[in-house]
Amino acid sequence: MAEILLSEAEKAFIHHGVQDDLRCDGRTRLDYRPIILETGLVSNASGSSRLRLANSDVLVGVKVELASPLSEKPLEGRLEFFVDCSANATPEFEGRGGEDLANEICRFLQMSYMSGDTINLAELSVLTGQQCWVLYVDILILECGGNLYDTVSLAVKSALYTTQIPSIKVATMDGDQPELELSEDPYDTKRLNTQNVPCLVTLMKIGNHYLVDPTPEEECCSSSGVVVAVSGTKKITAVRKIGSGSLHPESLVSMLKTASEVGTVVNKILMTKLLEEERAGKTQKVGFMR
Amino acid sequence: MVDIRLASEVPLFDIVADSTEPKHLVTPGSLITKETGFMRGHGTYMQEDCLYASVAGVVERVNQLISVRPLKSRYHGEIGDVVIGRITEVSQKRWKLDTNARLDSVLLLQSVNLPGGELRRRSAEDELSMRQYLKEGDLVSAEVQNIFNDGALSLHTRSMKYGKLSQGCLVKVSPSLIRRQKTHFHNLPCGASIIMGNNGFVWICPTLHEDTAGGFVQNLETVPQADRQAISRLRNCVAALAQCKMMIYDTSIMHAYDASINAGFEIKDLLLPDRITEIALMVRKQFEMEKE
Repeated sequence: MAEILLSEAEKAFIHHGVQDDLRCDGRTRLDYRPIILETGLVSNASGSSRLRLANSDVLVGVKVELASPLSEKPLEGRLEFFVDCSANATPEFEGRGGEDLANEICRFLQMSYMSGDTINLAELSVLTGQQCWVLYVDILILECGGNLYDTVSLAVKSALYTTQIPSIKVATMDGDQPELELSEDPYDTKRLNTQNVPCLVTLMKIGNHYLVDPTPEEECCSSSGVVVAVSGTKKITAVRKIGSGSLHPESLVSMLKTASEVGTVVNKILMTKLLEEERAGKTQKVGFMR
Repeated sequence: MVDIRLASEVPLFDIVADSTEPKHLVTPGSLITKETGFMRGHGTYMQEDCLYASVAGVVERVNQLISVRPLKSRYHGEIGDVVIGRITEVSQKRWKLDTNARLDSVLLLQSVNLPGGELRRRSAEDELSMRQYLKEGDLVSAEVQNIFNDGALSLHTRSMKYGKLSQGCLVKVSPSLIRRQKTHFHNLPCGASIIMGNNGFVWICPTLHEDTAGGFVQNLETVPQADRQAISRLRNCVAALAQCKMMIYDTSIMHAYDASINAGFEIKDLLLPDRITEIALMVRKQFEMEKE
């Protein structure tokens, strides 16, 4: 996303590396950089996570609130996304520079979660037509090191996995106004099933090949790419083309297939790690001091 | 394909740190000394006859001059330093370069070699064809010739070893990690060359041969696979040393390279946090063995 300058020779070096399946840092075309994950950092949010993918750093917080459902979907709750590109992330985000990118990411996340295959919003309903849970997902981009879409989607998935929604009992039906009673016990919560929540996979096209998890230098060499939202059920829920270059329909089809395979692997590994962290219990939080 | 770790599993990078006696470390606002009679150097300020530190770093004392050398800062140029810069602007009779300093460095038209090695006064034609030689985005290796009044560096490429850089990989580290040596250009035995700019930019490229025409011709042919692997491995080794805050010079880079080959690490494995600490520990052990 950040515009960096590269010389012609550096671009040629990167192009040839991608052709030989050996990128500048030794990765193959389908390798991710190491990811570091931690959940539960923000104590006053219902769920939170921090994900670092090499230089990219994203913090997500999820808050749950009661509200009335949309009139055309009375049986469902909803998810609202908000992305904030902090000015610390990169000099381009100074002032209102990060707004365009923030809106793009927000809208694409909304699109990828719209499919019924991803998350069961009926679980968020409290009283049909009157009250439901709304999950406000706030995403803060702390540092931008390439490949923001993937980092954001993995962080959102981890935050949703750890989100605890308080149990609610409908007490008395006082005429038209029902009284909702929140459980006294702060640990009496339920969690959403985030097995099928989508992961975004960015594929950038350089020459005749495409690569996963591009660094800012590789993004600069590429003119086109796709961001694909892959759900846990190996289905593609949303696709977006980025960059100003054009894509041949054949290459688009093969990119979608590769994205679906890669996304499934990422989903599986992420769920395994989240389960492992949950089983480890209340360990010391590392936080931001390292 | 994907490696996800929990933050609690990632090792601390400072386990590699030297456990010798702590130097005089200070943070901004901490008192250095109450005694008078000292001259105030960089990184300090005086308040009511007491000397305080204004940056986080190590206190250095040379006779009566006290200064604080920060651990991480922008590059502070000295005359004679080798730097690597990227052209950001082509102006009248000069190029402006980004060298990780507070101001863009300046490369004057009269400070570069003309093609063919001619020695003549630069004409208006030369000025108009500046962009044909160096344009925005190009990487150049140069030496600091002079420092302007405002602190901007004036560079020159008046030697065959400096000039426009061709294919290769750039690694950015903190300038304080680059050791000042007799020569900053090294042809490493593994099949790659390395240029360690004092400004923290480390350039790794395929072996430079003696017959290259001083950086005027860019070689855009495909680099052979073995060279490319050496370059990638060196790049990861330099990044690992920088992450563990170890000094970067030709010996430490070669130790890290040899350690990674002997331990049988794959090139992409060197990106993982625990491999980085392992490499740094092996380099430290190698240095301790050499001392004995």
